Amino acid sequence: MNRATLDLWVGLFVTIGIGAILFLALKVGNLTTVGSPPGYRLVADFDNIGGLKLRAPVKAAGVVVGRVEAIKLDHQTYQAVVWMRIDRGYEFTADTIASILTSGLLGEVYIGLDSGGDAKMLADGGKIAKTQSGIVLEKLIGQFLLNKASEGGGK
Amino acid sequence: MPSALAAGVGQFLRRVGTGTVSVVARLGFAVRFFVAVLAHSPGAFRRIHLTLREIYFSGALSLVIILVSGLFVGMVLALQGYDVLQRYGADESLGVLVALSLVRELGPVVAGLLFASRAGSAITAEIGLMKATEQLSAMEMMAVDPLARVVAPRFWGGVVSMPLLAALFSTLGIFGAYLVGVRLIDIDAGAFWGNMQAAVDFRQDVVNGIIKSVVFGCAVSLIAVFEGYDANPTAEGVSSATTRTVVESSLAILALDFVLTVFMFRGVGV
Amino acid sequence: MSNAAPQTAPTRATSAPEIAVELADVTFGYDRRVILQGITMAIPKGKVVAIMGGSGCGKTTILRLIGGQLKPRSGRVMVAGQSVPDLDREALFEMRRRIGMLFQFGALFTDMTVYENVAFAMREHTDLPEELVRDLVLMKLHAVGLRGAAQLMTAELSGGMARRVALARAIALDPMLVLYDEPFAGLDPISLGVVGQLIRRLNDALGITSVVVTHDVYESLKIVDYLYFVSEGRIVAQGTPDEVRASGGAYVRQFVDGEPDGPVPFHYPAQPYRDALLVHA
Repeated sequence: MNRATLDLWVGLFVTIGIGAILFLALKVGNLTTVGSPPGYRLVADFDNIGGLKLRAPVKAAGVVVGRVEAIKLDHQTYQAVVWMRIDRGYEFTADTIASILTSGLLGEVYIGLDSGGDAKMLADGGKIAKTQSGIVLEKLIGQFLLNKASEGGGK
Repeated sequence: MPSALAAGVGQFLRRVGTGTVSVVARLGFAVRFFVAVLAHSPGAFRRIHLTLREIYFSGALSLVIILVSGLFVGMVLALQGYDVLQRYGADESLGVLVALSLVRELGPVVAGLLFASRAGSAITAEIGLMKATEQLSAMEMMAVDPLARVVAPRFWGGVVSMPLLAALFSTLGIFGAYLVGVRLIDIDAGAFWGNMQAAVDFRQDVVNGIIKSVVFGCAVSLIAVFEGYDANPTAEGVSSATTRTVVESSLAILALDFVLTVFMFRGVGV
Repeated sequence: MSNAAPQTAPTRATSAPEIAVELADVTFGYDRRVILQGITMAIPKGKVVAIMGGSGCGKTTILRLIGGQLKPRSGRVMVAGQSVPDLDREALFEMRRRIGMLFQFGALFTDMTVYENVAFAMREHTDLPEELVRDLVLMKLHAVGLRGAAQLMTAELSGGMARRVALARAIALDPMLVLYDEPFAGLDPISLGVVGQLIRRLNDALGITSVVVTHDVYESLKIVDYLYFVSEGRIVAQGTPDEVRASGGAYVRQFVDGEPDGPVPFHYPAQPYRDALLVHA
């Protein structure tokens, strides 16, 4: 095993190894999106976030524009405070509505943004005033049963 | 007779005591050895050709077993995963299942175990035999430190090879799953790759997987060179050192995997 | 240098030539086991000295003490006027560059060719250009008669050839002292003669000092200037080859003549034979 052959094999090995890492990063993972400049943050309060998780997508018109970065509970108002990181290049009006939606019936939970008509745009750290909480299935069922009961009792 | 029983218990306790002391002493010796290897590493890098040679022997020569195993693991994952997922109508998430399993866990761990058995045992045997045939002594007497010339290159060769091998394992696994899922079972290719890309995060999953494989590489390489250097210079000594390397490396990988997984993936799914 | 006039062991105080290696009342052991006691020897520069004794009596330990691989419990180990156990790492490595060692069975590096084995020390310790290294390696190999085998791998060598390559490797940097650990072990008669002659001729040609640990009496008496006999960790006899051949000492006689029984007993210590057989009462 002379030096030239050895160096060739080692070079080959390291090349395909790094190639594999790149493949995993780009094709399998989402490095391209991560590579773009970091976005800005928006915050919104919700009465109930339902099944919203960290890193859940934030979509506008069905297009992913960002991710949920942090979920906290406000001590005073007992509302959920959700921090979102929105990609640069997307701007939303000051009167945007943030709703917690489910894709499909039992699919993943995400935040949907509906822009309004306001001239002012939200800046980094801006707060979305209008929010719609997520559906909690049990409460829905309870509501349904209550309605049914009062309907039946009313007759 | 109570006196005989007491003597027996006393002897047992004494053996446990000396055994524990020797294990702790050996651990201390291993730590000092590790520090010495790190201290002599600049010597190994000055003669970079030695380290390159070891990367070839540990890494390039392990390619066959890693690639083939990765392919088969990926294919089996796809088969078994599809069987379960399609019960819940989630068969389009097969790519996600396979990719996350491989990148986060199976890639580093299984590649690490295979590396320990193939390259780790070879390193231990080689160093042990050099010790048994007095080659290490000869080097010392020629004023060449065997730690810098023999041990450190093999250690760094293993540390460099491991993450590359783990990445290759995961890649071949995903390819194998693609073959089974898209070509064989006819899952939509777009859904396969698209869902996978959406679910696998570079920093969270890929980078953590790479960090794991580097840690495993350090552990396996250190155990391999230590057992070789510490082996009894006889045939039985070398053989038992080789076995110890494989066993200790495997246990270390699994234990470290648990610890790292707890730290890395604690916040997911909150 | 000739053995014409038998001398007693040279001491430092007399007009004797410079002493290359000196051990003064050296004791060595592991934990409670004592391997060497009260070892005192003085090896003059330029001489070939043999340390003889049965297996496991501590001969190789003496070599390791000289080379600094072991530290004595007490006593002095001096090489070229420096106390070996007191040297720090740097100084010890400096010293080792001036000492060559031939290990039992060669201890050649198995992953290199013969050429690379001999070139090893040169490449590690000097910045000589490759052409110069090549010339030096070929000269050393020529001295041991193996210049044509330079490209062979160590596994392809016979025992005798491997020993000679190891010898070439030991003298690669022109050391002032060469230590030989059982250089005659396991060799065929021709190789025995070759190695013996090489030890003597190289010693004289290069002006080095040689310490040979061996139990081959015949070869040693042919080539050495002085012998020490070690038994159970002590020096039991010493002298020039003529003195040894004429010696009346019981140990020396048993060793030289190869008698099975004598000061070194044939029977491993055990209870009396009669009692062992009549054990069932």
